[in-house]
Amino acid sequence: MKRSPIHNAVVMAALAIYSAGILSSCSTQTSKAETTALTDKAATPLELPIVKAELTDAPLVPAPITRKHAAKVVVQLEVTEVVKKMADGVDYTFWTFGGSVPGKFIRIRQHDEVEFHLMNHPDSKNPHNIDLHAVTGPGGGAASTFTAPGHETVFNFKALNPGLYVYHCATAPVGMHIANGMYGLIMVEPEEGLPAVDKEYYVMQGDFYTKGAFGAPGLQPFDMEKALDENPSYVVFNGSVGSLTGDNALTAKVGETVRLFVGNGGPNLISSFHVIGEIFDNVYAEGGSTANKNIQTTLVPAGGAAITEFKADVPGNYVLVDHSIFRAFNKGALGMLKVEGAEDKKLYSGQIVQKIYQPEGSTVQEMPMSKTPLAAVASSKDMRLELGKTLYAQNCQACHQAEGQGIKGAFPPLAKSDYLNADVNRAIGVVAHGLEGQIKVNGELYNSTMPKLKLSDEEIANVMTYVLNNWGNKGGEVTPAQVRSAQATASSH
Amino acid sequence: MLSRLLIVLMMAGVCYKAQAQKSLPQNMVNVKGGTFVPLYGDENGPVEVQSFLLDAYPVTNAEYAAFLEKNPKWNKGEVKKIFADENYLRHWANGQNIGPDAGKISNSPVVNVSWFAAKAYCECQGKRLPTVAEWEYTALASETKANAANDDKFYQRSLDWYSQPNPKYLPPVQQGFRNYYGAYGMIGLVWEWTQDFNSALLIGESRSDASLDRQLFCGSGSSGAKDVKNYVAFMRYAFRSSLKANYTVGNLGFRCAQSKKNASIKPAKRPAI
Repeated sequence: MKRSPIHNAVVMAALAIYSAGILSSCSTQTSKAETTALTDKAATPLELPIVKAELTDAPLVPAPITRKHAAKVVVQLEVTEVVKKMADGVDYTFWTFGGSVPGKFIRIRQHDEVEFHLMNHPDSKNPHNIDLHAVTGPGGGAASTFTAPGHETVFNFKALNPGLYVYHCATAPVGMHIANGMYGLIMVEPEEGLPAVDKEYYVMQGDFYTKGAFGAPGLQPFDMEKALDENPSYVVFNGSVGSLTGDNALTAKVGETVRLFVGNGGPNLISSFHVIGEIFDNVYAEGGSTANKNIQTTLVPAGGAAITEFKADVPGNYVLVDHSIFRAFNKGALGMLKVEGAEDKKLYSGQIVQKIYQPEGSTVQEMPMSKTPLAAVASSKDMRLELGKTLYAQNCQACHQAEGQGIKGAFPPLAKSDYLNADVNRAIGVVAHGLEGQIKVNGELYNSTMPKLKLSDEEIANVMTYVLNNWGNKGGEVTPAQVRSAQATASSH
Repeated sequence: MLSRLLIVLMMAGVCYKAQAQKSLPQNMVNVKGGTFVPLYGDENGPVEVQSFLLDAYPVTNAEYAAFLEKNPKWNKGEVKKIFADENYLRHWANGQNIGPDAGKISNSPVVNVSWFAAKAYCECQGKRLPTVAEWEYTALASETKANAANDDKFYQRSLDWYSQPNPKYLPPVQQGFRNYYGAYGMIGLVWEWTQDFNSALLIGESRSDASLDRQLFCGSGSSGAKDVKNYVAFMRYAFRSSLKANYTVGNLGFRCAQSKKNASIKPAKRPAI
C-alpha cells in the first residue's frame, strides 16, 4: 500500500482519537454476531420434529395442539410501527408484535423447545426486544433479543411451565413501549392439553395515553405525563374502541362452551374482567392451572392473564367490560359476544311486565334544561323542519319513538294522531306545560304523565311544525306567535 | 493489538482526501462548550463538553455519493462485510448510484451506513464523528435556548418524532429545525451515529438497565430520579445500545464534528465496566 506523509498523519491522528477501547469493543462485537449465527444452527436438537408456529391476530387463536409429544417450535414474530385506528376519527402510532394490537397469539405445548425469531422491520424508528413471561431465563428473552431496526435476533427456550402468559417489549423506556401496544399472549398448553370447547377467543386489554382527551380527533401523540399519572385516555380491548362490537362482535351459539383467553397488557391498570349476563363456570385465575368455579368478575393483573370458560345458555348480546365501569362507558373497554339460538324461557324469560311507576305521585315534573346555547332562529319552514327534527330527537323520541309511533299503553302515538291533528293549539299547550291524566288517542286510552319541557316558543314552533309535517299528520306551519297565543289560552284554563 | 492497528491502517488507507482543514469549514457551526448531566455516563454529576465544531446538517445522499466517487471501496456491493452489514445503502440502486429515488432524496440524510463508513467519511473531510456527550449536549438546544431540557413543548415535539415510524422518503436536511447553535435537524430527521455509541452498556432489557444504572451512578440516586422521566434520552441511548459498528439502519445517519484547534484532544474514555 502506497502512503503519503499526509496519509500517515491521518493514521496517527486516527490512532490518537480512537485509542484502544472503542475499536477493540467493535471487533469483539463483530465476532459475537458470527458466533450467534453458528449457535443458531448447532442448537437445533436432532430428536424433536420441527414445527412452524401458527400465529393469529386477535380475537382468533390458533387451533388446539393435538400432538402428544414435544416439538421444536419455530416462532417468527415481526415488530412493526404502524398508524392505525384507536377510535372513530382517532389514529395512533402503535408499536406492534405482528402488525396489530394485541400481538400475535402464540400457542405451544409444555416441554416444547422454541426457536424464537424476533425481526424488527427496517421502517421501525426504534429498537425492540421481547420478554415472554413463559420463558425461564434472564429477561424472559429480553436480554437476548435486543434488535435494531432492520435486524433479526434468535434465541431458544424450553417451555417448562404450562399456562397462559403475557409477552411484551422491555426496551427502555419500557412503559412507553408497552403503552404503545407492545404486548400479546402465549399459551403453553399442559401435556394433556386443555379440555375441548366449542369456541376460543383472544381478548386483551390495554390502557392508552393520548395528548387529546377520549375521542379528540386526528393522529394523537403519546402523552408521557398522563402515563406517569396512570390516567389513561383510553382503556380498550384488542387495541381500539369498537374492536369487539358491532360487526366485530364475538359469536357463539346457544349450548356452546366458550373459552376466552384474556390478557392485560397494562401498562398501568388492573382489569376487573366481567361479562355482563354471564357467570364464568371456570376461571383459571392469573392463567395458572387451577380452575376456580362460578366466578362473576376476575382480576387480570397488568402483565397477567386469565382463562375464562362458560356455556352460552341463553341467546342475546353479552357485553365484555372492565367492571371498573367508567373505563367501559367512557374510555372504550367494551366488547360484545352475540349468542344466537333458541330461547329457554325457564332460564331467562325476557321482559314480562312493563308499566309506569310513579313514586312521587303523578304530578307534572319539570325536566332540567340540558343545554343553554343560543337557539337558532328559523327563517323558513324548511329550516323550521330541520331544527324541529333535531329537537324531536333530543326531547320527544325517547317516548314517542323515532317514527312517532309511540309505545302502546304507555306513550301515545304522534303519527296519524287524531288527538294531535284535532287541535294543534291544545298540542302546543301539552308541549309547553306538560300533561297528566287520561286521554284517548286513535281509540286507545293513555293515562300517564308527560313532563313539562323547557323549550322556547321558537323551539316549540319548530318541533310542532316537524311533527305536523311527518308520519301522515295534517301539515302546516306553527309560528312562535301562534305558540305564544296558544299558551296564553292554555294557561287561562 | 496488531489486528486493531491493521484495521485502523486499512480504514485510514482507503481515504483519498486527506487535506487537513485550515480555516473554519463550510457548513459547520460552533458549539460553545459547557456542562450537562447525561442520562448514562461513567462519572457522577455534570460532564464537561469542550467547544467544538459540528456539521450544520446531517450528511446527505449526494454528499455521500461524492465521497464514494473518490473512495470506491465503500461502494454498495463492494464494501467489506466486516465494515457494513448487507443492508448497507439498501435504499440505493448500486455502487455509487442513488438510483431512481435520487430526485427525491439526494438532499436528504444518507442512512443505511455503518459506523465504520460514517467514521471513514468524516475522516476524509478532516473531521471525526461527534462523541455521545457532544451530540447529546448539542441536542439539548431548541430554536432559542441552549438547554431546553425543561421546555415541555420542545420535549413533547421530540417525543412525538421518536414515536413515529419512518416516512417513505426522508425530508431534505434543510427542513430540520435550526437549533440555538445553528445545527439543523438534531431531532426530527434521523438517528445519528456517534463516536462512542456503544459505551453506555445498555443491554436493552429495561429493568436490568435500571439496576445497571444504579451501579453506574452509585451514590447519585437523586439525580437519577429526574432522569428517569427523560424518555427521549432513554430512547436515544436505547437505540445506540442496540447497534453494532457494522450495522446499517434505515433511519440512522450521521454528521461530522471537528475539535477546535486550541482544544486539547482527550483520548476517548474506556467504559466503566
